[in-house]
Amino acid sequence: MNDFFKLTASDVDFYYGDFKALKNVSLNFIEKEVMALIGPSGCGKSTFLRCINRMNDLISGTRVDGSIVLDNVDIYNDRIDVVNLRKKVGMVFQKPNPFPKSIFENVAYGLRVNGIRDKNAIAGMVEKSLIQAALFDEVKDRLKDSALGLSGGQQQRLCIARALAVEPEILLMDEPASALDPIATQKIEELIHQLKKDYTIIIVTHNMQQAARVSDKTAFFYMGELVEVNKTDTLFTKPEKIQTEEYITGRFG
Amino acid sequence: MNEAIIDTLKLEYTNIKSVNEKVLLFKDSGKRRRTIEQLFFMMFKVAAMINGLALIVIVSYLVINGYQSISFEFLIEAPKESMTKGGIFPCILGTLYLSCGAIIFALPIGIASAIYINEYAVQSRFLNFIRLGINTLAGVPSIVFGLFGLAFFCIVLKMGVSIIAGSLTLGIMSLPVIISATEEALKSVPDTYREASLGLGATKWQTIYKVVLPTALPGILTGTILALSRAAGETAPIMFTGAVFFTQTLPTSIFDEVMALPYHIYVLATAGINIELTRPLQYGSALVLLIMVLGMNLVAIIYRSKLRRK
Repeated sequence: MNDFFKLTASDVDFYYGDFKALKNVSLNFIEKEVMALIGPSGCGKSTFLRCINRMNDLISGTRVDGSIVLDNVDIYNDRIDVVNLRKKVGMVFQKPNPFPKSIFENVAYGLRVNGIRDKNAIAGMVEKSLIQAALFDEVKDRLKDSALGLSGGQQQRLCIARALAVEPEILLMDEPASALDPIATQKIEELIHQLKKDYTIIIVTHNMQQAARVSDKTAFFYMGELVEVNKTDTLFTKPEKIQTEEYITGRFG
Repeated sequence: MNEAIIDTLKLEYTNIKSVNEKVLLFKDSGKRRRTIEQLFFMMFKVAAMINGLALIVIVSYLVINGYQSISFEFLIEAPKESMTKGGIFPCILGTLYLSCGAIIFALPIGIASAIYINEYAVQSRFLNFIRLGINTLAGVPSIVFGLFGLAFFCIVLKMGVSIIAGSLTLGIMSLPVIISATEEALKSVPDTYREASLGLGATKWQTIYKVVLPTALPGILTGTILALSRAAGETAPIMFTGAVFFTQTLPTSIFDEVMALPYHIYVLATAGINIELTRPLQYGSALVLLIMVLGMNLVAIIYRSKLRRK
Protein backbone atom coordinates (compact mmCIF):
# COMPACT_ATOMS: atom_id res chain seq x y z
CA MET A 1 0.00 0.00 0.00
CA ASN A 2 2.89 2.28 0.80
CA ASP A 3 4.19 1.81 -2.72
CA PHE A 4 1.65 4.31 -3.84
CA PHE A 5 3.21 7.12 -1.82
CA LYS A 6 6.62 8.67 -2.26
CA LEU A 7 6.75 9.69 1.38
CA THR A 8 4.66 8.59 4.31
CA ALA A 9 4.68 10.14 7.76
CA SER A 10 2.89 8.06 10.39
CA ASP A 11 2.06 9.19 13.92
CA VAL A 12 4.95 11.63 14.08
CA ASP A 13 5.49 13.26 17.48
CA PHE A 14 8.21 15.81 17.90
CA TYR A 15 9.66 17.24 21.10
CA TYR A 16 11.84 20.26 21.77
CA GLY A 17 12.90 19.19 25.26
CA ASP A 18 9.59 18.83 27.11
CA PHE A 19 7.59 20.81 24.58
CA LYS A 20 5.61 18.66 22.18
CA ALA A 21 5.71 20.54 18.88
CA LEU A 22 4.07 17.88 16.71
CA LYS A 23 1.25 15.63 17.84
CA ASN A 24 0.49 12.45 16.02
CA VAL A 25 0.96 13.82 12.51
CA SER A 26 0.26 11.40 9.69
CA LEU A 27 0.58 12.66 6.14
CA ASN A 28 1.20 11.04 2.76
CA PHE A 29 2.91 12.55 -0.24
CA ILE A 30 2.44 11.47 -3.85
CA GLU A 31 5.35 11.69 -6.25
CA LYS A 32 5.56 14.86 -8.35
CA GLU A 33 2.87 16.66 -6.47
CA VAL A 34 3.15 19.94 -4.64
CA MET A 35 1.97 19.84 -1.04
CA ALA A 36 1.58 23.13 0.79
CA LEU A 37 1.77 23.22 4.58
CA ILE A 38 -0.15 26.14 6.04
CA GLY A 39 -1.07 27.30 9.51
CA PRO A 40 -0.41 30.08 12.00
CA SER A 41 3.09 30.76 13.37
CA GLY A 42 4.28 28.07 15.76
CA CYS A 43 1.81 25.47 14.48
CA GLY A 44 4.60 23.00 13.69
CA LYS A 45 4.59 23.15 9.91
CA SER A 46 8.27 24.14 9.64
CA THR A 47 9.20 21.62 12.33
CA PHE A 48 7.47 18.92 10.33
CA LEU A 49 9.26 20.01 7.15
CA ARG A 50 12.61 19.87 8.92
CA CYS A 51 11.83 16.34 10.14
CA ILE A 52 11.78 15.14 6.54
CA ASN A 53 15.50 15.81 5.94
CA ARG A 54 16.34 15.39 9.62
CA MET A 55 17.51 18.98 9.85
CA ASN A 56 16.12 18.99 13.40
CA ASP A 57 18.90 16.59 14.36
CA LEU A 58 21.11 19.68 14.56
CA ILE A 59 19.13 21.07 17.49
CA SER A 60 20.13 19.39 20.73
CA GLY A 61 17.40 18.15 23.04
CA THR A 62 14.96 17.21 20.30
CA ARG A 63 13.25 13.85 19.83
CA VAL A 64 11.09 12.24 17.15
CA ASP A 65 8.59 9.41 17.63
CA GLY A 66 6.63 7.66 14.92
CA SER A 67 7.98 6.99 11.46
CA ILE A 68 8.71 8.80 8.24
CA VAL A 69 9.12 6.43 5.34
CA LEU A 70 10.74 7.51 2.09
CA ASP A 71 10.71 5.00 -0.77
CA ASN A 72 9.88 2.23 1.75
CA VAL A 73 12.81 3.11 4.01
CA ASP A 74 12.28 4.56 7.47
CA ILE A 75 14.51 7.63 7.51
CA TYR A 76 14.78 7.53 11.31
CA ASN A 77 16.19 4.03 11.13
CA ASP A 78 19.55 3.85 12.94
CA ARG A 79 21.29 2.53 9.87
CA ILE A 80 20.23 5.38 7.62
CA ASP A 81 23.00 7.70 6.43
CA VAL A 82 21.73 11.22 7.08
CA VAL A 83 24.14 12.61 4.49
CA ASN A 84 22.60 10.46 1.76
CA LEU A 85 19.10 11.31 2.96
CA ARG A 86 19.80 15.02 2.61
CA LYS A 87 21.14 14.44 -0.88
CA LYS A 88 17.84 12.84 -1.78
CA VAL A 89 15.75 15.46 0.04
CA GLY A 90 16.90 18.95 -0.92
CA MET A 91 15.97 22.05 1.02
CA VAL A 92 15.44 25.73 0.27
CA PHE A 93 15.38 28.03 3.28
CA GLN A 94 13.33 31.00 4.29
CA LYS A 95 16.08 33.55 3.81
CA PRO A 96 18.24 33.21 0.71
CA ASN A 97 21.52 31.82 2.08
CA PRO A 98 24.07 31.55 -0.72
CA PHE A 99 27.63 30.83 0.41
CA PRO A 100 30.11 33.71 0.19
CA LYS A 101 31.52 32.11 -2.94
CA SER A 102 31.08 32.67 -6.67
CA ILE A 103 27.76 31.90 -8.36
CA PHE A 104 29.34 28.89 -10.06
CA GLU A 105 30.89 27.56 -6.86
CA ASN A 106 27.58 27.86 -5.01
CA VAL A 107 25.89 25.50 -7.44
CA ALA A 108 28.94 23.26 -7.77
CA TYR A 109 29.25 22.92 -3.99
CA GLY A 110 26.80 20.05 -3.59
CA LEU A 111 28.46 18.16 -6.44
CA ARG A 112 31.94 18.62 -5.04
CA VAL A 113 31.02 17.51 -1.52
CA ASN A 114 29.40 14.45 -3.04
CA GLY A 115 32.67 13.49 -4.63
CA ILE A 116 32.24 14.58 -8.25
CA ARG A 117 35.63 15.66 -9.59
CA ASP A 118 35.11 15.76 -13.37
CA LYS A 119 35.24 19.44 -14.31
CA ASN A 120 33.14 19.09 -17.45
CA ALA A 121 30.48 17.13 -15.62
CA ILE A 122 30.35 19.80 -12.91
CA ALA A 123 30.14 22.64 -15.44
CA GLY A 124 27.33 20.82 -17.27
CA MET A 125 25.38 20.20 -14.08
CA VAL A 126 25.82 23.80 -12.93
CA GLU A 127 24.46 25.10 -16.21
CA LYS A 128 21.58 22.64 -16.20
CA SER A 129 20.62 23.53 -12.64
CA LEU A 130 20.79 27.27 -13.31
CA ILE A 131 18.57 26.80 -16.36
CA GLN A 132 16.12 24.72 -14.31
CA ALA A 133 16.03 27.45 -11.69
CA ALA A 134 15.34 30.06 -14.40
CA LEU A 135 18.46 31.99 -13.46
CA PHE A 136 20.95 31.06 -16.16
CA ASP A 137 20.20 33.90 -18.59
CA GLU A 138 20.62 36.48 -15.86
CA VAL A 139 23.97 35.22 -14.61
CA LYS A 140 25.66 33.37 -17.50
CA ASP A 141 28.16 36.20 -18.07
CA ARG A 142 29.18 36.51 -14.45
CA LEU A 143 29.35 33.00 -13.06
CA LYS A 144 32.66 33.87 -11.39
CA ASP A 145 31.23 36.86 -9.52
CA SER A 146 30.28 36.61 -5.88
CA ALA A 147 26.78 35.27 -5.24
CA LEU A 148 26.33 37.93 -2.59
CA GLY A 149 26.10 40.56 -5.33
CA LEU A 150 22.83 39.12 -6.64
CA SER A 151 19.42 40.51 -5.69
CA GLY A 152 17.39 38.71 -3.04
CA GLY A 153 15.17 37.01 -5.59
CA GLN A 154 18.15 35.94 -7.69
CA GLN A 155 19.87 34.65 -4.56
CA GLN A 156 16.85 32.52 -3.73
CA ARG A 157 16.73 31.07 -7.24
CA LEU A 158 20.46 30.41 -6.90
CA CYS A 159 19.72 28.49 -3.70
CA ILE A 160 17.10 26.50 -5.61
CA ALA A 161 19.64 25.80 -8.38
CA ARG A 162 22.14 24.75 -5.71
CA ALA A 163 19.60 22.33 -4.25
CA LEU A 164 18.67 20.95 -7.71
CA ALA A 165 22.29 20.33 -8.68
CA VAL A 166 22.59 17.29 -6.41
CA GLU A 167 19.50 15.82 -8.13
CA PRO A 168 17.20 15.40 -5.15
CA GLU A 169 13.87 13.62 -5.47
CA ILE A 170 12.04 15.73 -2.94
CA LEU A 171 12.40 19.48 -2.55
CA LEU A 172 11.53 21.04 0.80
CA MET A 173 10.81 24.77 0.70
CA ASP A 174 10.52 26.65 3.96
CA GLU A 175 8.66 29.87 3.15
CA PRO A 176 10.93 30.39 0.14
CA ALA A 177 9.38 33.70 -0.88
CA SER A 178 8.70 35.32 2.47
CA ALA A 179 11.79 37.53 2.26
CA LEU A 180 11.18 38.56 -1.37
CA ASP A 181 9.27 41.30 -3.16
CA PRO A 182 6.12 40.46 -5.20
CA ILE A 183 7.90 40.19 -8.54
CA ALA A 184 10.59 37.89 -7.19
CA THR A 185 7.86 35.91 -5.44
CA GLN A 186 6.01 35.48 -8.70
CA LYS A 187 9.15 34.14 -10.36
CA ILE A 188 9.63 31.61 -7.56
CA GLU A 189 6.00 30.50 -7.93
CA GLU A 190 6.37 30.07 -11.69
CA LEU A 191 9.48 28.08 -10.98
CA ILE A 192 7.60 25.77 -8.62
CA HIS A 193 5.13 25.06 -11.43
CA GLN A 194 8.02 24.07 -13.67
CA LEU A 195 9.77 22.00 -11.05
CA LYS A 196 6.83 19.84 -10.09
CA LYS A 197 7.19 18.02 -13.39
CA ASP A 198 10.34 16.42 -11.98
CA TYR A 199 10.21 16.77 -8.24
CA THR A 200 7.99 16.10 -5.26
CA ILE A 201 7.70 19.48 -3.58
CA ILE A 202 6.67 20.27 -0.03
CA ILE A 203 6.32 23.98 0.64
CA VAL A 204 5.66 25.76 3.92
CA THR A 205 3.99 29.10 3.43
CA HIS A 206 2.29 31.82 5.43
CA ASN A 207 0.68 33.15 2.32
CA MET A 208 -2.62 31.35 1.59
CA GLN A 209 -2.93 32.78 -1.90
CA GLN A 210 0.49 31.35 -2.58
CA ALA A 211 -0.58 27.94 -1.30
CA ALA A 212 -3.67 28.15 -3.49
CA ARG A 213 -1.62 29.15 -6.53
CA VAL A 214 1.22 26.65 -6.37
CA SER A 215 0.02 23.48 -4.67
CA ASP A 216 -1.97 20.41 -5.60
CA LYS A 217 -2.73 19.56 -2.02
CA THR A 218 -2.76 21.60 1.14
CA ALA A 219 -2.34 20.51 4.75
CA PHE A 220 -3.50 22.77 7.56
CA PHE A 221 -1.58 22.57 10.82
CA TYR A 222 -2.74 24.04 14.11
CA MET A 223 -1.09 23.76 17.54
CA GLY A 224 1.16 20.93 16.44
CA GLU A 225 -1.66 18.89 14.97
CA LEU A 226 -2.58 18.17 11.40
CA VAL A 227 -6.15 19.45 11.25
CA GLU A 228 -7.02 18.77 7.66
CA VAL A 229 -5.46 17.76 4.38
CA ASN A 230 -7.14 17.79 1.02
CA LYS A 231 -6.87 18.82 -2.59
CA THR A 232 -6.03 22.51 -2.51
CA ASP A 233 -9.21 23.55 -4.35
CA THR A 234 -11.39 21.58 -1.97
CA LEU A 235 -9.60 22.74 1.17
CA PHE A 236 -9.96 26.39 0.26
CA THR A 237 -13.56 26.18 -1.01
CA LYS A 238 -15.13 23.48 1.14
CA PRO A 239 -13.05 23.02 4.29
CA GLU A 240 -14.35 20.19 6.46
CA LYS A 241 -13.15 21.45 9.82
CA ILE A 242 -14.29 24.64 11.48
CA GLN A 243 -10.67 25.60 12.44
CA THR A 244 -9.59 25.38 8.82
CA GLU A 245 -12.44 27.55 7.73
CA GLU A 246 -11.71 30.13 10.39
CA TYR A 247 -8.04 30.24 9.42
CA ILE A 248 -8.50 30.50 5.66
CA THR A 249 -11.17 33.14 6.03
CA GLY A 250 -8.78 35.16 8.18
CA ARG A 251 -10.60 34.95 11.49
CA PHE A 252 -7.42 34.01 13.33
CA GLY A 253 -3.75 33.35 12.70
CA MET B 1 -19.89 66.89 27.05
CA ASN B 2 -18.32 69.78 25.21
CA GLU B 3 -18.00 71.78 28.38
CA ALA B 4 -16.17 68.90 29.98
CA ILE B 5 -13.66 68.88 27.14
CA ILE B 6 -13.19 72.61 27.40
CA ASP B 7 -12.64 72.29 31.14
CA THR B 8 -9.96 69.66 30.58
CA LEU B 9 -8.26 71.85 28.00
CA LYS B 10 -8.33 74.79 30.38
CA LEU B 11 -6.83 72.71 33.10
CA GLU B 12 -4.09 71.48 30.79
CA TYR B 13 -3.38 75.03 29.68
CA THR B 14 -2.93 76.16 33.27
CA ASN B 15 -0.69 73.21 33.91
CA ILE B 16 1.48 74.01 30.93
CA LYS B 17 1.62 77.65 31.96
CA SER B 18 2.66 76.82 35.48
CA VAL B 19 5.29 74.39 34.23
CA ASN B 20 6.66 77.08 31.94
CA GLU B 21 6.83 79.49 34.83
CA LYS B 22 8.62 76.93 36.92
CA VAL B 23 11.15 76.39 34.14
CA LEU B 24 11.75 80.11 34.09
CA LEU B 25 12.03 80.20 37.87
CA PHE B 26 14.60 77.40 37.96
CA LYS B 27 16.64 78.56 35.03
CA ASP B 28 19.83 77.91 37.00
CA SER B 29 19.04 74.25 37.48
CA GLY B 30 19.03 73.74 33.71
CA LYS B 31 22.41 75.39 33.48
CA ARG B 32 23.76 73.21 36.26
CA ARG B 33 22.51 70.06 34.55
CA ARG B 34 24.19 71.09 31.34
CA THR B 35 27.43 71.66 33.19
CA ILE B 36 27.28 68.22 34.80
CA GLU B 37 26.44 66.72 31.42
CA GLN B 38 29.47 68.34 29.85
CA LEU B 39 31.68 67.41 32.77
CA PHE B 40 30.86 63.72 32.38
CA PHE B 41 31.23 63.89 28.64
CA MET B 42 34.69 65.41 29.08
CA MET B 43 35.65 62.76 31.64
CA PHE B 44 34.81 59.94 29.25
CA LYS B 45 36.55 61.71 26.40
CA VAL B 46 39.71 62.20 28.46
CA ALA B 47 39.64 58.54 29.50
CA ALA B 48 39.47 57.55 25.86
CA MET B 49 42.22 60.00 24.92
CA ILE B 50 44.60 58.57 27.52
CA ASN B 51 44.88 55.42 25.40
CA GLY B 52 45.98 57.23 22.31
CA LEU B 53 48.15 59.58 24.33
CA ALA B 54 49.96 56.71 26.07
CA LEU B 55 50.86 55.19 22.72
CA ILE B 56 52.02 58.54 21.32
CA VAL B 57 54.15 59.27 24.41
CA ILE B 58 55.77 55.82 24.43
CA VAL B 59 56.46 55.83 20.71
CA SER B 60 57.80 59.37 20.59
CA TYR B 61 59.95 58.82 23.68
CA LEU B 62 61.49 55.76 22.08
CA VAL B 63 61.91 57.47 18.72
CA ILE B 64 63.57 60.54 20.23
CA ASN B 65 65.98 58.47 22.31
CA GLY B 66 66.52 55.60 19.96
CA TYR B 67 66.56 56.87 16.41
CA GLN B 68 70.29 57.76 16.39
CA SER B 69 71.18 54.16 17.23
CA ILE B 70 69.25 52.74 14.32
CA SER B 71 71.26 52.29 11.21
CA PHE B 72 71.64 49.61 8.60
CA GLU B 73 74.64 48.21 10.51
CA PHE B 74 72.62 48.16 13.72
CA LEU B 75 70.06 45.92 12.06
CA ILE B 76 72.45 43.48 10.37
CA GLU B 77 75.43 43.25 12.76
CA ALA B 78 75.98 41.20 15.87
CA PRO B 79 76.66 42.85 19.24
CA LYS B 80 80.33 43.67 19.79
CA GLU B 81 82.68 44.43 22.69
CA SER B 82 80.65 42.79 25.43
CA MET B 83 77.43 44.06 23.93
CA THR B 84 78.39 47.72 24.34
CA LYS B 85 78.63 48.24 20.59
CA GLY B 86 77.46 46.65 17.38
CA GLY B 87 74.00 45.64 16.26
CA ILE B 88 71.11 43.43 17.19
CA PHE B 89 70.74 41.17 14.18
CA PRO B 90 70.92 37.89 16.17
CA CYS B 91 68.20 39.20 18.49
CA ILE B 92 65.84 40.12 15.64
CA LEU B 93 66.42 36.73 14.05
CA GLY B 94 65.93 34.95 17.37
CA THR B 95 62.67 36.76 18.07
CA LEU B 96 61.40 35.87 14.60
CA TYR B 97 62.35 32.20 15.08
CA LEU B 98 60.76 32.00 18.52
CA SER B 99 57.50 33.70 17.63
CA CYS B 100 57.09 31.90 14.30
CA GLY B 101 57.85 28.61 16.05
CA ALA B 102 55.23 29.46 18.65
CA ILE B 103 52.61 30.05 15.95
CA ILE B 104 53.49 26.90 14.01
CA PHE B 105 52.83 24.98 17.19
CA ALA B 106 49.89 26.97 18.58
CA LEU B 107 47.90 27.70 15.43
CA PRO B 108 46.82 24.15 14.52
CA ILE B 109 46.11 23.19 18.13
CA GLY B 110 44.30 26.46 18.79
CA ILE B 111 42.12 26.28 15.68
CA ALA B 112 41.39 22.59 16.23
CA SER B 113 40.38 23.25 19.84
CA ALA B 114 38.12 26.11 18.85
CA ILE B 115 36.49 23.99 16.13
CA TYR B 116 35.87 21.22 18.64
CA ILE B 117 34.40 23.60 21.23
CA ASN B 118 32.27 25.60 18.82
CA GLU B 119 31.21 23.07 16.20
CA TYR B 120 31.24 19.61 17.74
CA ALA B 121 31.05 19.72 21.52
CA VAL B 122 27.72 19.66 23.30
CA GLN B 123 27.28 21.12 26.77
CA SER B 124 28.90 18.63 29.13
CA ARG B 125 31.24 18.35 32.07
CA PHE B 126 34.09 17.61 29.71
CA LEU B 127 33.44 20.86 27.83
CA ASN B 128 33.27 22.82 31.08
CA PHE B 129 36.60 21.30 32.07
CA ILE B 130 38.17 22.33 28.74
CA ARG B 131 36.81 25.87 29.06
CA LEU B 132 38.10 26.12 32.61
CA GLY B 133 41.49 25.01 31.33
CA ILE B 134 41.57 27.66 28.61
CA ASN B 135 40.45 30.44 30.92
CA THR B 136 43.00 29.45 33.52
CA LEU B 137 45.71 29.27 30.91
CA ALA B 138 44.84 32.82 29.87
CA GLY B 139 45.26 34.04 33.43
CA VAL B 140 48.58 32.35 34.26
CA PRO B 141 51.42 34.90 34.65
CA SER B 142 54.00 34.66 31.90
CA ILE B 143 56.87 33.95 34.32
CA VAL B 144 55.04 30.79 35.39
CA PHE B 145 55.01 29.67 31.75
CA GLY B 146 58.74 30.34 31.69
CA LEU B 147 59.37 28.18 34.73
CA PHE B 148 57.07 25.46 33.43
CA GLY B 149 58.88 25.50 30.09
CA LEU B 150 62.22 25.21 31.87
CA ALA B 151 61.06 22.33 34.05
CA PHE B 152 59.15 20.42 31.38
CA PHE B 153 60.54 21.11 27.92
CA CYS B 154 64.17 21.93 28.81
CA ILE B 155 64.73 19.41 31.60
CA VAL B 156 62.14 16.60 31.47
CA LEU B 157 62.02 16.41 27.66
CA LYS B 158 65.76 17.19 27.51
CA MET B 159 65.39 19.95 24.91
CA GLY B 160 67.73 22.25 26.80
CA VAL B 161 67.58 25.98 26.24
CA SER B 162 66.61 25.98 22.59
CA ILE B 163 64.39 27.50 19.92
CA ILE B 164 62.01 24.57 20.20
CA ALA B 165 61.65 24.76 23.97
CA GLY B 166 61.15 28.55 23.80
CA SER B 167 58.68 28.24 20.93
CA LEU B 168 56.64 25.59 22.71
CA THR B 169 56.50 27.70 25.87
CA LEU B 170 55.45 30.82 23.95
CA GLY B 171 53.00 28.69 21.97
CA ILE B 172 51.20 27.39 25.06
CA MET B 173 50.98 30.95 26.28
CA SER B 174 49.45 32.08 22.96
CA LEU B 175 46.89 29.26 22.86
CA PRO B 176 44.08 31.00 24.79
CA VAL B 177 44.36 34.10 22.59
CA ILE B 178 44.20 32.05 19.40
CA ILE B 179 41.37 29.87 20.69
CA SER B 180 39.18 32.78 21.74
CA ALA B 181 39.85 34.68 18.50
CA THR B 182 38.99 31.59 16.46
CA GLU B 183 35.88 30.89 18.54
CA GLU B 184 34.65 34.44 17.98
CA ALA B 185 35.32 34.12 14.26
CA LEU B 186 33.46 30.78 14.09
CA LYS B 187 30.52 32.18 16.02
CA SER B 188 30.21 35.03 13.53
CA VAL B 189 29.59 32.55 10.69
CA PRO B 190 25.78 32.44 10.26
CA ASP B 191 24.12 29.10 11.03
CA THR B 192 22.25 29.36 7.73
CA TYR B 193 25.55 28.56 5.96
CA ARG B 194 25.91 25.41 8.02
CA GLU B 195 22.29 24.39 7.36
CA ALA B 196 22.61 25.06 3.64
CA SER B 197 25.74 22.96 3.41
CA LEU B 198 24.39 20.06 5.45
CA GLY B 199 21.14 20.25 3.47
CA LEU B 200 23.12 19.56 0.29
CA GLY B 201 24.46 16.31 1.66
CA ALA B 202 27.77 17.62 2.94
CA THR B 203 29.21 15.99 6.04
CA LYS B 204 29.90 18.05 9.10
CA TRP B 205 33.63 18.11 8.39
CA GLN B 206 33.05 19.14 4.75
CA THR B 207 30.80 21.92 6.02
CA ILE B 208 33.46 23.14 8.43
CA TYR B 209 36.33 22.81 5.98
CA LYS B 210 34.65 24.24 2.89
CA VAL B 211 32.24 26.81 4.26
CA VAL B 212 32.76 27.67 7.91
CA LEU B 213 36.55 27.97 8.02
CA PRO B 214 36.94 30.04 4.81
CA THR B 215 34.27 32.42 6.09
CA ALA B 216 35.91 32.68 9.50
CA LEU B 217 39.44 32.97 8.13
CA PRO B 218 39.89 36.78 8.34
CA GLY B 219 38.97 36.74 12.02
CA ILE B 220 41.19 33.74 12.74
CA LEU B 221 44.21 35.23 10.99
CA THR B 222 43.79 38.60 12.66
CA GLY B 223 43.64 36.94 16.06
CA THR B 224 46.69 34.86 15.19
CA ILE B 225 48.77 37.83 14.12
CA LEU B 226 47.83 39.65 17.32
CA ALA B 227 48.85 36.58 19.32
CA LEU B 228 52.10 36.44 17.35
CA SER B 229 52.89 40.06 18.09
CA ARG B 230 52.24 39.52 21.78
CA ALA B 231 54.43 36.45 21.81
CA ALA B 232 57.20 38.36 20.05
CA GLY B 233 57.33 40.93 22.83
CA GLU B 234 57.36 38.52 25.79
CA THR B 235 60.47 38.16 27.94
CA ALA B 236 59.54 35.97 30.87
CA PRO B 237 58.51 32.80 29.00
CA ILE B 238 61.72 32.71 26.93
CA MET B 239 64.35 33.84 29.41
CA PHE B 240 64.78 30.33 30.82
CA THR B 241 63.71 28.31 27.83
CA GLY B 242 64.97 29.73 24.56
CA ALA B 243 66.83 32.98 24.86
CA VAL B 244 70.33 33.48 26.20
CA PHE B 245 72.31 36.43 27.46
CA PHE B 246 74.75 36.28 24.61
CA THR B 247 75.78 33.84 21.95
CA GLN B 248 78.37 34.27 19.26
CA THR B 249 76.84 31.96 16.71
CA LEU B 250 73.59 32.20 14.86
CA PRO B 251 71.32 29.20 15.38
CA THR B 252 71.71 26.35 12.88
CA SER B 253 68.99 24.06 14.23
CA ILE B 254 65.85 24.24 16.35
CA PHE B 255 67.85 22.82 19.24
CA ASP B 256 70.16 25.85 19.35
CA GLU B 257 69.75 28.67 21.77
CA VAL B 258 69.17 32.19 20.45
CA MET B 259 69.31 35.81 21.48
CA ALA B 260 65.94 37.58 21.48
CA LEU B 261 65.01 41.24 21.39
CA PRO B 262 62.93 41.57 24.57
CA TYR B 263 65.45 39.62 26.60
CA HIS B 264 68.33 41.57 25.05
CA ILE B 265 66.72 44.84 26.15
CA TYR B 266 66.19 43.43 29.62
CA VAL B 267 69.81 42.28 29.83
CA LEU B 268 71.26 45.56 28.56
CA ALA B 269 69.10 47.59 30.92
CA THR B 270 69.70 45.55 34.08
CA ALA B 271 72.74 43.36 33.80
CA GLY B 272 74.97 44.78 31.10
CA ILE B 273 78.64 45.61 31.50
CA ASN B 274 77.93 49.31 31.31
CA ILE B 275 74.27 50.14 31.62
CA GLU B 276 74.60 53.89 31.18
CA LEU B 277 76.83 53.60 28.13
CA THR B 278 74.47 51.26 26.34
CA ARG B 279 71.35 53.42 26.86
CA PRO B 280 71.18 54.36 23.14
CA LEU B 281 71.44 50.66 22.24
CA GLN B 282 68.61 49.87 24.65
CA TYR B 283 66.38 52.54 23.17
CA GLY B 284 67.28 51.45 19.66
CA SER B 285 66.46 47.81 20.41
CA ALA B 286 63.22 48.77 22.10
CA LEU B 287 62.28 50.88 19.09
CA VAL B 288 62.99 48.01 16.71
CA LEU B 289 60.86 45.64 18.83
CA LEU B 290 58.04 48.15 18.95
CA ILE B 291 58.16 48.65 15.19
CA MET B 292 58.06 44.89 14.65
CA VAL B 293 55.04 44.49 16.93
CA LEU B 294 53.16 47.52 15.60
CA GLY B 295 53.99 46.41 12.06
CA MET B 296 52.42 43.01 12.69
CA ASN B 297 49.31 44.64 14.16
CA LEU B 298 49.12 46.93 11.16
CA VAL B 299 49.34 43.95 8.81
CA ALA B 300 46.50 42.32 10.76
CA ILE B 301 44.33 45.42 10.50
CA ILE B 302 44.97 45.96 6.80
CA TYR B 303 44.47 42.29 6.01
CA ARG B 304 41.21 42.15 7.92
CA SER B 305 39.74 45.21 6.26
CA LYS B 306 40.82 43.91 2.87
CA LEU B 307 39.11 40.56 3.39
CA ARG B 308 36.02 42.24 4.82
CA ARG B 309 35.66 44.39 1.76
CA LYS B 310 35.68 41.32 -0.50
